[in-house]
Amino acid sequence: MPSSEIVANAMLESKLRARQINMTFKSGSESISVLENIDLDVATGEFLCLVGPSGCGKSTLLSIMAGFLSPTSGTVTIDQEKITGPDPRRIFVFQERGVFPWLTVEGNVGFGLFKLPKAEQDRRVAHYIKLVGLEGFENAYPPELSGGMKQRLEVARALAVNPDMLFLDEPFGALDSITRLIMRGELLRIWDAERKTIIFVTHDIDEAVQLADRVVVLSDRPAKVQSVVNIDIAHPRDISSARYLELRDGILAQIGLAHRV
Amino acid sequence: MKLFVQLQPLIFIAALLAAWQISISLHPGSLLPGPWAVVGGFTDLLQHGVLLKYVVASLFRVTWGFTLAAALAIPAGFVIGWYARAEMALNPLIQILRPISPLAWIPIAILWFGVGDLASIFLIFIGCFLPLVLTAIDAVQSVPAVYVNAGRNFGLSFAELVYRVLYPAAMPQLIVGLRITLGVAWLVVVAAEMIAVNSGLGFLIVDARNAGNRYDLVVAGMVMIGVIGLLLDIGMRSLEKVRSLRWSYSEE
Repeated sequence: MPSSEIVANAMLESKLRARQINMTFKSGSESISVLENIDLDVATGEFLCLVGPSGCGKSTLLSIMAGFLSPTSGTVTIDQEKITGPDPRRIFVFQERGVFPWLTVEGNVGFGLFKLPKAEQDRRVAHYIKLVGLEGFENAYPPELSGGMKQRLEVARALAVNPDMLFLDEPFGALDSITRLIMRGELLRIWDAERKTIIFVTHDIDEAVQLADRVVVLSDRPAKVQSVVNIDIAHPRDISSARYLELRDGILAQIGLAHRV
Repeated sequence: MKLFVQLQPLIFIAALLAAWQISISLHPGSLLPGPWAVVGGFTDLLQHGVLLKYVVASLFRVTWGFTLAAALAIPAGFVIGWYARAEMALNPLIQILRPISPLAWIPIAILWFGVGDLASIFLIFIGCFLPLVLTAIDAVQSVPAVYVNAGRNFGLSFAELVYRVLYPAAMPQLIVGLRITLGVAWLVVVAAEMIAVNSGLGFLIVDARNAGNRYDLVVAGMVMIGVIGLLLDIGMRSLEKVRSLRWSYSEE
């Protein structure tokens, strides 16, 4: 992908802007460089996927953009504002299940709404429980739910505070393949209804090409932006179409994976 | 058949009691009273109105000592566990104090508080405080980072984070610690009452021996201590069945 296109995308209304992000972890006397000179622009309402070999630093980059980690150097700005920490306007959906097991489904969805009046809290809780299809489970506790339901619950908890951005860190990684397919459809349906800016980390190339407007391919550690691929297929996507396979195989080839099992 | 299985422990106890009674009647004059004599001891205590009075006195001391220890130890443990530097500073002190039996504090307790309720409450407090601090440190340190990060993400202040995330996340572990510590408190109160006060079940046992070798009353007191200890444990165990507490990190 020519760099002019990245610049062109940045010219659009840019929601998030990462500039020259470097991250080095120190372990004892050794220092390990994880991210190297990452530049990234994400447009408002865009669905962006970060892919790369496992352990390359995708999750680290996501944590930096969400404000949980400070980069060794470089800046991230969101709406022209430099980020200094996590913020309820941008909710992180965790790779491990982040729902609170001591709260019911209702309690979890309402967790971030403590500053709102009670009536508004109740309205939003009911709305988002319905949106993710957990009606009838309002008073269930997370240990009583399946993996897919827990993940939907976490998405509902994130959406309930009406954030403008969602960071998802391999949210479907622990689910079985059928549930994963269903969840992708659900996420696209919700994204279509709510139009949040989404940054989604995955190591599953198919998942990225099915979901994203653009796929950012990171190289092996230390991660650099290897390429940015525009997925110019309208939703719902036909995953056996020639264009889909062409884009997918292009990314697979870049990562250096022969497409043979 | 099912009824028989449920009754098995009771049948076993009844058989033991019968064997005890028979062996006492075969060797009269032995130093241990038989079960029937112990029943007589119970009746004696009830008629004089001291049994209930002593049980209440012991429970009163345990309640105060245990509650004070929990109220101070859990926040202290949270702070120490949360701030790595506090733990580094205080851990050696805790490790030195911890192996000292609460009973070793008896002379100091009497020196500070005289003979009375305060001294035994202090001893129970000493027996519960450090184990609970250690439980709370461990509980707060094993709260998964994902819960803390999620709490911060939703814009909680530090106080809200403690109240809405750390405390509930640590609760299952705290309850196990509280249950064990309540057992310790019940052990300590009996010992404390033998020395530092003149009421309570521990006092009953010492007093029955000193005032005329009434071993039937001694054993009655021991049985009472066992029964109440068991009831306290059952009470704490029932907390573990509360729905919002019935989870553990292991199943995640």
